[in-house]
Amino acid sequence: MSDVGEHIVTEPEEDEVASAALQRSRFGITGEVIALYAICVFVALAIAAICVAATGGSWVNVYTAILDGSIRKPGRWGLTLGVSAPILLVALGTVVNGRAGLVNIGQEGQLVMGSCFASYVAVRLGGPGPMVLIIAMLCGIVGGAIWAGIAGALRYYRNVPEVLSTLLMGTVAQNLMGWGLRKPWLLLAPAAGRANRNQVSEPLNSHTRIPRVTWFGNEFPISVLVALVLCIGVWVVLDRSVIGFRLRMLGRNPKTAQRSGVAERRYGIGAMLVSGAFAGLAGGIMLAGGDFGNYQLVANFGAGIGFAGLLAALVARQRVIVLLFVAFLFGCMRTGTGFLTATGVSGRVSDVVQGLLVLSLLLPPAILYVRERRRALSATSTRV
Amino acid sequence: MGNFFHAVGDIATNTSAYRNAIIVAVVLLFAASGELIAEKAGTINISLEAMMLAGAFSAAIGVDITHSVWIGLVCACVAGFLVAAVQANMSHRLPADQFVVGLVLNVLVLGLVGFLTSSIKPKSAVVRRVKIPLLSRPPLLGPALFDQPWVLYLVYPLIPLVWFLIYRTRWGLEVRAVGEDPNASDVSGLHVNKLRRQTIYLTGLLAGLGGGYFLFARAGKFEDSLIGGRGYIAIAAVIFGGWTLKGAIAGCVTFGLIGSFVLTIPSLGYQGIDPAFLAIAPNVVTIVAMAVFAKRVRQPGALARPFIRGLK
Repeated sequence: MSDVGEHIVTEPEEDEVASAALQRSRFGITGEVIALYAICVFVALAIAAICVAATGGSWVNVYTAILDGSIRKPGRWGLTLGVSAPILLVALGTVVNGRAGLVNIGQEGQLVMGSCFASYVAVRLGGPGPMVLIIAMLCGIVGGAIWAGIAGALRYYRNVPEVLSTLLMGTVAQNLMGWGLRKPWLLLAPAAGRANRNQVSEPLNSHTRIPRVTWFGNEFPISVLVALVLCIGVWVVLDRSVIGFRLRMLGRNPKTAQRSGVAERRYGIGAMLVSGAFAGLAGGIMLAGGDFGNYQLVANFGAGIGFAGLLAALVARQRVIVLLFVAFLFGCMRTGTGFLTATGVSGRVSDVVQGLLVLSLLLPPAILYVRERRRALSATSTRV
Repeated sequence: MGNFFHAVGDIATNTSAYRNAIIVAVVLLFAASGELIAEKAGTINISLEAMMLAGAFSAAIGVDITHSVWIGLVCACVAGFLVAAVQANMSHRLPADQFVVGLVLNVLVLGLVGFLTSSIKPKSAVVRRVKIPLLSRPPLLGPALFDQPWVLYLVYPLIPLVWFLIYRTRWGLEVRAVGEDPNASDVSGLHVNKLRRQTIYLTGLLAGLGGGYFLFARAGKFEDSLIGGRGYIAIAAVIFGGWTLKGAIAGCVTFGLIGSFVLTIPSLGYQGIDPAFLAIAPNVVTIVAMAVFAKRVRQPGALARPFIRGLK
């Protein structure tokens, strides 16, 4: 280190000036980035506040309620963690296919498929609880992977754009679950003890549920810890391994990747399978974790978690560590609605806040990119 | 299975089934004709859904305030345009990914509309049916096409207009060029991203109008599930139709017929066919069609590829 420092010091004067200018501009750029993000987030929150105020609600109350419901009140951040875990898992999968240059926007459907597979197996399989649970989770993974894998295979064998096939198959999965919940031999719980013909599946046994732990008065399922471990695992594989490097190469330029020996089909379909597997696992832990309903499938079980995970991955711009914070933020948006009813403002306001936030977080990188380009262009034009 | 064919037979002779089919087909057609132009220019707008929903909502608000269907339709166009403006400027002026922006817009508009309808409840508006003499005379197809709420008739001049715009104007030629090869178009002096933005604006206007139309033609009462994924089906129709206007119309009518099955089968007293399968039919048909034809059909060369000057 010191060696390098001495070298710079002994450089001629002009270079010193130049490096100082460079440093200043780098500071300036960091400041610019922070300012841009701050402005965009502020504008988004302000617009949401205006919406609330325009419909006769109090925006102070709304933001206080979201904060209270997500973190501040006792026992709430445990719930938020439980809700954030599936969002994080879905987002991790999205990062994997994003690195490979594929766009998967059907996570909601893959998640639903995963939860259906997990529910079907967990209810029928006998045996020791933990084993059944693990097998059910594996089945969830398989379910999600199949659903995404179809899209991946169609992309590489039949040239079907994966954006559209995943999008269309999302709706298909949700309708198939609705159908399964009308058939007793698939998912519908036996009618005994139910007055009306609700579309519900049989709840999981108490010993096939994910165990819950209590830390500092906050209770959450241990799947949260599993999600964290997986997060680190994905970071290591994507950013520190040959596989991750090959995926990135494939995403940046498929031709170069092919020339340097990356099997496009194998890695592309593999990325889709992994992406779907994460969404399927998210569906499984939603079912067995207990923060979403009563350990059973209901119509509209996905509850937009798949979309939330997708948006989280997009906001984090495929950086795994940033993802942790974004997923937690999105979890807060969901659990925060629990306290909204007291303010008299519809819970849908959290969707508005979330949508505006995401939109505003998309802006700064785009603006920065454009400015960077302008700067570079003007630099070249003065030189020539 | 026999049950199914009986149902098909009954529906084939049922006037209201045809009427429902056309009503659904036309809302798809409004959106799909705009989306077709945008895809010819090389963009895919997932936010079509948001544009339609925004259109339907502001049409409901507009008609509630002014009691004029025309003003409602204008409001619908404006709302669709606003969504389109966000989509166009974020993904084709700034370099944000078009799918990401579209998806976020869908989530945002659905949330916003849901939130606003919970506090503002627009009253319903009914548009009366207008019978076109002579043309509505033939059985089944006659009333389906020419004895409908008058807002539906807006689509008839629209189709030739869109065709003319794409295939017989300079602007249409430029749009197609931009969709085929943005780099070559750029070199020959076309402003690629500006043209793409213009097509998206047009899509917003048409999709918004479609949303407004659907509100008036269907129920008149606004719910946030009114559009319910029809934007995605409209995109599917464009792809199903192989990026031609004829094909898109065929796709819309096919998906409209399937949609009408969902509505008509219960009213005819058939229980054996699960509505879930009819709901997914357009999606499955589109995926299968893409898988079978995707290698043969010519899609716009630069479809879904953003253009940034100096980058390949």
